[in-house]
Amino acid sequence: MTCHHPGHEECLADHDVRVALIGSPNAGKTTIFNGLTGFRAKTGNYPGVTVTRSQGTVTVDGRTVVIEDLPGTHSLSPVSPDEQVVIDSLEGRLAEEAPPDALIVVADATTIERSLILIAQVLQLGRPTLVVLTMIDELAARGGHIDEARLQACLGVPVVGVVGTKKIGLPQIRELLADAADWPVPVLLPPSDPEERSAWIGSVLASVLHQRPESHRHSEIADRVLLHPVLGVVAFFGVMFAFFQVIFTWAAPLQDAVGAFFDWLGGLVEEYVPWETLAAFLSQGVIAGVGSVLTFLPQIILLFLMISFLENVGYMSRAAFLMDRVMGRFGLEGRAFVSLLSSYACAVPGIMSTRTIPSSKDRIATIMVAPLMTCSARLPVYTLLIAAFVPAVSVWGPIGVQGLVLFGLYLLGTVSAIIAAAVLKRTRLKGETLPFYMEMPPYRVPGLKLVVVQCWDSARYFVRKAGTIILGTSIILWILLHIPVVTPPAGMNEADAASYQLEQSIAGSAGRAVEPVFEPLGFTWQINVALIGSLSAREVFVSTLGQISAAEDPDSDSSIEATLKAQTRPDGSPVYTAPTVAAILLFFVYALQCMSTVAVMRRETGSWRWPVGAFVTFFFLAWIAAFIGNRVTAAITGG
Amino acid sequence: MTLDSLQVGEAAVVTGINGDAADAVARRLSDLGFLSGTPIVVRRRAPLGDPTVFDLRGYQMCLRRAEAQRVMVERVASQ
Repeated sequence: MTCHHPGHEECLADHDVRVALIGSPNAGKTTIFNGLTGFRAKTGNYPGVTVTRSQGTVTVDGRTVVIEDLPGTHSLSPVSPDEQVVIDSLEGRLAEEAPPDALIVVADATTIERSLILIAQVLQLGRPTLVVLTMIDELAARGGHIDEARLQACLGVPVVGVVGTKKIGLPQIRELLADAADWPVPVLLPPSDPEERSAWIGSVLASVLHQRPESHRHSEIADRVLLHPVLGVVAFFGVMFAFFQVIFTWAAPLQDAVGAFFDWLGGLVEEYVPWETLAAFLSQGVIAGVGSVLTFLPQIILLFLMISFLENVGYMSRAAFLMDRVMGRFGLEGRAFVSLLSSYACAVPGIMSTRTIPSSKDRIATIMVAPLMTCSARLPVYTLLIAAFVPAVSVWGPIGVQGLVLFGLYLLGTVSAIIAAAVLKRTRLKGETLPFYMEMPPYRVPGLKLVVVQCWDSARYFVRKAGTIILGTSIILWILLHIPVVTPPAGMNEADAASYQLEQSIAGSAGRAVEPVFEPLGFTWQINVALIGSLSAREVFVSTLGQISAAEDPDSDSSIEATLKAQTRPDGSPVYTAPTVAAILLFFVYALQCMSTVAVMRRETGSWRWPVGAFVTFFFLAWIAAFIGNRVTAAITGG
Repeated sequence: MTLDSLQVGEAAVVTGINGDAADAVARRLSDLGFLSGTPIVVRRRAPLGDPTVFDLRGYQMCLRRAEAQRVMVERVASQ
C-alpha cells in the first residue's frame, strides 16, 4: 500500500515502490531479477520459515524501486507453511509489512498453456500487474506463436516480451517500473474454479493466436540417452565421476599451491619479524589461518560452479529423476541426492544447494545428515593416520588394507547419513509429506554471467562466514596454546621447556581437563588439544598435531608421521596404538567438527536448534563409535 | 482409470482429480495443469519404475506414483 500521509514518520521510510517478482522455477525469473537489479541481491529469510528471501533495488528516474524475487512456484494456493508465508507476504498479511505495490508475473512463453494458470492466480489478487514473457526468441525459433498485443488486451494488464540473456525487453520493464504502483489492475478477474479456469485459458490461447512450439529437439535427443534406463544410469555415474575428478584433480594442485604459498609467507615472517613471539603468532596463527581458509577456496569455487552449471543447464532435475526412487526409500527425494553428493567435497555448498528442495522437512533432514558425508577436510586426517599406522599390505592383488580402511570410512559415513535421514523422517521430521512433483525443463545453455554470479555469491559467503570462523579459531587456538607464558624450571633444555609451556598453556589445561571424557577412547591430552583445534576445520587436526610434536621435539626434522610414531605415554608405551588410531578415525567419521558447517546450518534452517542438535548428537555418536572401535580393535589385535 | 496405470507411450485425457477443492494436493495437481480435458502422454519412467515424466500443456512434469494415482484419465489412441 502506498503512503497517503506524507510527514507521518512511519511512512517516510516506506516510500520506495515495492514490486514482487512471481514465476515458476524455470521461467527465467532470476535472470530478469538480475538483469533489473544488476546482480545486487540482499538475501534474508521469511519470518519463521527456512525460505530464502531475496531483494534488490533499481533506480528509475531518481526513484528507488525495491524488487523482491519470490521463490519459484507453480501455484498461489499453498501446500506448505513455507509457501503460506510467501503468499502472506504477497497479500500483506505479514506483521509490520505492507504488501508489494505491484506484481510482475514472469512466464515462459514456450509453456504459456500452463503458465496461464499462475497468471490467472496472480491477476485474481486484483493488484497492479505486469506480465513478462520470457524465451520469446526460443518460441519463435521452435515455430510457436503468441500475439503479445492481443494477450495484453485479453488480460487487461501490460505484457512485455523479453530475451533475458540478450537484454531485449529489459529497458522497457525498467521504464515501466517508474510508476509501477499505477499499473492497471485487471478489470475482469479470471475465474477461480479449476474447470472454469481451464475454459478461460482455452479462450485466451485462441484469442492470442497461440501456436504450441515444436518439441525441443535437442532436449528430446539428449533425454533419449540421459534418461535411458541403462545408458542414463551409465551417463549419470559418468557425470558424477567427472564431478569428483574435477574436484580432486583440478582443485588439488591449486590447493597445494595456495598451501605452499602461505607456508612460504609464514617462513618469511618468521625469518624477518624480529620479535620471536610476534613472528610465531603471525606465521602460525594468522597466516596459517588465512591459508587454511583459502586452501578450501579452489575446491569450493569449483563445486559451486559445477552445481550452478548443472542446475541451470537442466541436468539436476534429470539426476534427481534417476535417483528419486533410491532416495525415497530413506524418506528423502531425488533432489537431496545432489546435495549429499556435493557434501563429499564440502558440506557447506551441499547444505546451501538444499534450497531447491521444496519440502522444508526434506530440506532440514538433508541439511542435518550432510555433515556425515565424508568431506575433503577429513581426508588429510584419514590419509595421515592410515599411512602411518595401517599396514601397507595387500589383501588381494592391488587391493590393500589401507585402501580398504579408507573406503570403509567413506562407506560408513554415507550409510550413517542415509540411516540418520530415515530416522529423522520417521521421528522429529515426521508428518504430512508434500506432493512430489518436479518439472523437466528443456536443456538450455545457461548465461555465463548467471553461473558466475551465483558461484561468486556463494564463494563470497563462504569466505566471509567460514573465513572469519576458521581464521578466528586459528588465532584463538594459537593464543591458547601459548598463554599463560610460564618460566620453565631452571636447567631445563629447550625441548623440555617448549613441552612444559605447552602443557601449562590454557589449551593444554583444556586438553587435560577433558581427559576423563576421552580417556576411554585412548586419547592423550595432546590428541584432545588437536581435537579442540579441529573444531574450526577438521584438517587443522593434522597441523595442530604437527605444532604439538614440533613443540615437544623442536630439533627433530622428521615428518609428522615419524613424530607421531615416536610419541609415548607417561608409562613409555606408544600413544598411537591400533585401538587409539581406530578410535580417532571413527570419531572423525561422526563428529561435527566444523564451525563453518554449523554456521551454514544455522543460516539455512533459520534457527540454532538444528545445528546445536546436530553437534550434540554427532558428538555422542562419535564418542560411542570411537569407543566401540577402540574395544573391538583391542580385542582383535590383543592390545 | 488413473494416470499411474498407463504405460510409457500411451496417451490419455484428464477427466478429473480425486479429492475435493479443500484438498491441497488435488488443488496443486490442477494448478500444475492436470485439468479436465488436458491431453497427456506418458513420456518415460525412471529405471526403478518410479517416478514418471508426463507431457502435458507443452511441458514435461514428473510425478511419483502416489500423486499420479490422484489424476483420473481416459485412455485415447496415441498418435
